[in-house]
Amino acid sequence: MERVAVIGSSMTQFGQRDGWILDLLAEAGLACLGDAGVDAADVEHLYVSNMASGEFEGQTGIMNALAQDIDATPAYTQRIDQTSSSGGAGIYAAWQSVASGASDMTLLVGGEKMTHRTTGESTDVIASLTHPVEYKQGVTLPSFAGLTARHYLERFDAPRESLGKVAVKNHANGVHNPHAQFQKEVDLETVLESPIVADPLRLYDFCPITDGSAALMLCPESVAQEYTDEYAVITGIDGATDTHVVHEREDPTIMGGVVESGEGAYEMSGRGPDDIDVAELHDMFTILEFLQMEGLGFAEHGEAWKLVEEGETERDGELPINTSGGLKSKGHPLGASGVAQGVEIYEQLVGEAGDRQVEAEVGLCCNVGGFGNCVITTIMEAAQ
Amino acid sequence: MTMEATRYEDGTISYPGHPRGPGGTEPVETVDLSEYTAEVITWTTSMATPPGVREPNHLAIVEFDIDGEIVRALGQLTTGDVETGDEVQPVHVDELREPGAGIREPASQEWDGYRFEPV
Repeated sequence: MERVAVIGSSMTQFGQRDGWILDLLAEAGLACLGDAGVDAADVEHLYVSNMASGEFEGQTGIMNALAQDIDATPAYTQRIDQTSSSGGAGIYAAWQSVASGASDMTLLVGGEKMTHRTTGESTDVIASLTHPVEYKQGVTLPSFAGLTARHYLERFDAPRESLGKVAVKNHANGVHNPHAQFQKEVDLETVLESPIVADPLRLYDFCPITDGSAALMLCPESVAQEYTDEYAVITGIDGATDTHVVHEREDPTIMGGVVESGEGAYEMSGRGPDDIDVAELHDMFTILEFLQMEGLGFAEHGEAWKLVEEGETERDGELPINTSGGLKSKGHPLGASGVAQGVEIYEQLVGEAGDRQVEAEVGLCCNVGGFGNCVITTIMEAAQ
Repeated sequence: MTMEATRYEDGTISYPGHPRGPGGTEPVETVDLSEYTAEVITWTTSMATPPGVREPNHLAIVEFDIDGEIVRALGQLTTGDVETGDEVQPVHVDELREPGAGIREPASQEWDGYRFEPV
């Protein structure tokens, strides 16, 4: 099986956008074609990661619409929905299409249009992924985060401030990302005094509601070398699920999908946690950064907060996490987020991360769907 | 009215029930959790609720001990005045949130259920 390379990327401005879903997808798709230097006619497979364009906008069939809008017909198209991990699942699908030999040039575009809905409506669209016994109780993803954060802080005697420091760090990184929704720093006091959303978590513990799109171009390594010397290789990728019903998990502080997908990606790549130079984690809520750090082996169970306190996850730390600003600062347009994680890791590996650049040969991204219901972990390496 | 959990062939219990339990075991009987008390494992008060949901919405994950078999449930609390470790009992509510106010088809599921009240 030939190795799968990433040869191009793009990302629209994240935030409140005037364009609708098809506009956003076309903007990122065309930019990615340009970045990779690939003619649309050479795209054989086109994947669109998107959670809920039908529910948000009443627009379905977006993968076929995109193929025509960017003049990529007759490419095979498919929409990938895996809730908040649709982007990561799109990377997995795109990787499979190339690794299997089915496609020699695959364009992946992730996107979501959300901000025209009220916060309550958007929250409800996302909460519709819950089981009926959860949904009727009015549970939301933020309330799962509040429940989990309280349990984590009480059980591991972790300071509340450590969660706030995740927000402070990711906002500081977002300042240097020109595509981020929020390009401003926040201090710890502001985080800890912001309005309560789901006790003990406050406004700045949560990502915003966002419009945006991101894209990656994948092909066999032999084809990549016809286009560029600067590319990345996906050396490990895996996906896994945990219980749909969140309270049925044996340990509320362990996301089994993170552990399983991480182990699969490590095994496939021959890498381990100590080999990772930079990581993008799904910080939809600050507590999720802790759970993923522990599930992926970057920290012992119950001790991720100590690494944050010691500054090891800052951009100049031992393991920079969320150099893009993360979902927290960059924004979280559901279907785009996993793809945007891949964009950040790709740009770090090929030296195109600008003011956010760190020294990195091996990068990891972890994209979480639901409240850990489904997870994709991807490991990329700079081409040797 | 019952708060129906499911016991499987291997003795484990889940709420809600599923067509198959751990290890592919089949359901053998139901257990009415409303006859038991439970312990609060964790709780939150949600201040930003979706359409048709009370605001604020006090929620908890609680743990029942059914003759040595542990089963957890998530539900609303009757009050925000609780702490981890408190003992609570299920109390029936005809409508936990307003059917049809949110995105889910009202006829697709039941809307009554149980809140947890401190004992």
